[in-house]
Amino acid sequence: MAMRSLSLLPIGLFALLIIVFGIYLWQVGPGGKDISQIPSALINKPVPAFDLPPIEGRTDGLKSADLGGRVALVNVWASWCPPCRAEHSVLMTLARDGVPIYGVNYKDQPQDALRFLTELGNPFARIGADTDGRVAIDWGVYGYPETFVVDAEGRIRYRHVGPINPGQLDSVIRPILRKIGG
Amino acid sequence: MIRAAIAALLLIAVLPASAVQPDEILADPALEARAREISKDLRCLVCQNQSIDDSDASLARDLRFLVRDRLKAGDSDDAVFSFIVERYGDFVLLRPPFKNSTLLLWIGPALIFATGIFGVWTWHRRRRTAEIFEAKPLSEDERERLNSILAAKDGP
Repeated sequence: MAMRSLSLLPIGLFALLIIVFGIYLWQVGPGGKDISQIPSALINKPVPAFDLPPIEGRTDGLKSADLGGRVALVNVWASWCPPCRAEHSVLMTLARDGVPIYGVNYKDQPQDALRFLTELGNPFARIGADTDGRVAIDWGVYGYPETFVVDAEGRIRYRHVGPINPGQLDSVIRPILRKIGG
Repeated sequence: MIRAAIAALLLIAVLPASAVQPDEILADPALEARAREISKDLRCLVCQNQSIDDSDASLARDLRFLVRDRLKAGDSDDAVFSFIVERYGDFVLLRPPFKNSTLLLWIGPALIFATGIFGVWTWHRRRRTAEIFEAKPLSEDERERLNSILAAKDGP
């Protein structure tokens, strides 16, 4: 009798495997999670120490001390990045709603970055120019644009890779801002 | 001459390709060798199945520079790895560390192999037992022959 139940073991294992594969397939299916997205190593950690100069022709710049005090977004963008262009109207909407957005201008030409802002509007409270991309590496950035939600204590609470589309603004970003008191 | 040239070209063609550009290479060969070894174990996050040593992505190039800068500053190999992991997480390591969340990943293959061996073993054992139980009694001819053999052996 023990032998009989043992012979069912391979079938049982196979069924288990099918179920596990099925769950994973279902999770990454249409509208499912994007497995190429890597969770940030900086979640719930303080923002990295940095001090960026302004884009040439502006006077602001951005440093770690500018963050914290209020819930804010940090957006890594570049004028040469088409998804950044696509996302821009979403940032404009958020800025109009009073959410402070700080910009990290990644490996950009100053005149291109300034033209981008003149054409599409400037949603940023302050912008730092990361000309060699080192600060972006400190933030663990690997795709552009990337947006971080920073809480009032200056800790990173959420990271979004790629452009925020209007749907995600309402389904993801706004709920997080509400949750942490933005 | 042409043959030699073709042979040389073919030889070049099979050398492993690396994305390291001449301007990235460190003057100190020992340091450069360490940088290459470290780079081979760091994942390029843009093209996720390549190491930063293999990848042409600009982020991979930046990370190669960063690895070399850390080494020049006197970091040990482990310090360089943890510097990158602090920013990008364990996913950046092409050799995942051995810890609770990666336990299945590490022992999985051995587990599957052991299950297979166990399966084959039980299957063999069952077959042998089955053969013993299903052994038929001797036929009349066989019995006669066996008797004659035994008789011959007992004889002088």
